[in-house]
Amino acid sequence: MTPRHRSIVWSVARHALLLSGAALVLLPFLWMISTASKPQTEIFTKSIHFIPYSFALWDNFATAFDKATLWRFLLNGGVVTASIFALQVLIALPAAYALAKLRFVGREVLFALVLFCILIPPQATAIPVFLLFHKLGILDSYAALIVPFTISAFGIFLMRQFFKTMPDDLIEAARMDGISEFGIVWRVMLPTAIPALTAFGIFSVVAHWNDYFWPLIVLNSEHLRTPPLGVASFRNEEAGTNYGPLMAAAIVIIAPLVVAFLLAQRRFIEGITLTGIK
Amino acid sequence: MADTLTAVAMPAERDTVAARPSQTRSHNRTRPALAMVAPAFVLMCLLLLGPLLGVIALSFTDYQLGSPSFSWIGLANYQDMLADRVFWISLRNTLTYVAIVVPSAVALGLAVALLIESGGSLRAWYRTIYFLPVMATLIATSIVWEFMLHPQFGLINGLLHGIGFEGFSWLQDRRTALYALCVIGIWQALGFNMVLFLAGLVSIPRQLYDAAEIDGAHGAWARFRLVTWPMLGPTTVFVVVITGIRSFQVFDTVHVLTKGGPSKSSEVLIHTMYIESFEFFRSGYGAALTVVFLVFVLLLTLVKSALANRGVHYA
Repeated sequence: MTPRHRSIVWSVARHALLLSGAALVLLPFLWMISTASKPQTEIFTKSIHFIPYSFALWDNFATAFDKATLWRFLLNGGVVTASIFALQVLIALPAAYALAKLRFVGREVLFALVLFCILIPPQATAIPVFLLFHKLGILDSYAALIVPFTISAFGIFLMRQFFKTMPDDLIEAARMDGISEFGIVWRVMLPTAIPALTAFGIFSVVAHWNDYFWPLIVLNSEHLRTPPLGVASFRNEEAGTNYGPLMAAAIVIIAPLVVAFLLAQRRFIEGITLTGIK
Repeated sequence: MADTLTAVAMPAERDTVAARPSQTRSHNRTRPALAMVAPAFVLMCLLLLGPLLGVIALSFTDYQLGSPSFSWIGLANYQDMLADRVFWISLRNTLTYVAIVVPSAVALGLAVALLIESGGSLRAWYRTIYFLPVMATLIATSIVWEFMLHPQFGLINGLLHGIGFEGFSWLQDRRTALYALCVIGIWQALGFNMVLFLAGLVSIPRQLYDAAEIDGAHGAWARFRLVTWPMLGPTTVFVVVITGIRSFQVFDTVHVLTKGGPSKSSEVLIHTMYIESFEFFRSGYGAALTVVFLVFVLLLTLVKSALANRGVHYA
């Protein structure tokens, strides 16, 4: 074989391998869409067909929205993830700036604590935080869903590393203009930190939109359910009888993040692999 | 230069009139600095460090949610745990899960990354497709998997019947439930690992491949063995540890699909901890289980930093 032939053979092999892998990875998504498009009678059959004979996607969506208050779950998901991210920024940004650019007693200790806190897995603190919230009487509320995640040690670390790279002259100039230290954080540092904040925002929103463990622990009320809890409870109520609407509900829960991902892939991959640093 | 200048200038200044302004200025910045870190520090103590110490302390008590009092019972929770059959099943299942998911998800992630990097076309497409399961809400995709694994109407058994095999009741069969969950775990973790490996591959200097070529390393395997694999060392350690920690945390799929069943065959640590703490409200015992989980996660983290310090680069 000449090198040219070899490279063609290799190229074909590469695509063949990657395509078959891709088909396997996509299979659950395709099957979800396929099932959501089928009427009941086509779902409970042993013959495998991906394209439905009669198209029932809209009916299934309608049933899902009707039976499972999907709008409410989406709204809750939006409120919770947005509040968490806003509070994380509000708390982490000043701390990150102080750790990066200001000298104060205990700075090194505090930074060591931040690094340590990054390593604490969320499951580890669940029981004491649950007991604390029980004592405070705020279980089963938006607050219970939001408050535990207002502090992101990882966010502080990430923004501190970013601020470290910013020139001191910029800050000095702002001080000359009479801007206070807090003013510097929001008016000078924040605008320059948008790329890093976007990555962190994606990381935070994806993590909390998809979180199941904590909402499951603190929630009782149906009207507070976040998307994962909502779709899980819909599944429990239907108990394996109504797969069309259930798959339609799964599409609705998955769609916001997947659509956002497809629109801004690079940013999303950047943001989510931030956990790699963790 | 600037440093020496200020060092020379400072004592002179301090002795003269400039002393007061410079002091107040630095004072002015310590106060805002402390005000800036205070909320973060308080919340860190309240929501992370405190609860971490709390869970350890709790594991030495018999506290149950709602009971008016509790007492220190030393290691009794741990003794109960070691005597409990469910704990050992749960631990064994978790370790089995980790032992299957970590190597598979790491090897597949690496294989996909290498395949994507080895050619020029459709890179972004493949990357997007393989990354999709990472993004998608695991609870929702778990429910899709459940339907695919349905004994009668599922796609998997349908395909197996098509090629003449007997199917399984995957999630309802104690021989297969845990392995079915492993497959979902691998499916979800693969794309994340692929992206980390892609980043690692891009950072390998091209000259190394040229140098290896000159030294007689011909063919893809020789290049991989002599350049790619050693240079990916730190990335690989990292990916293994991350996947390991995440696999120890496995909960969502278990809770939605099997509840640890049938007959405990897919019971895992965090699920046992959840049931004990939040369904039976045996907080003390749940805390002891959490501590065991923490020890494993800590071990993995230590392995990572130990290997990172040794410079796996040249291993």
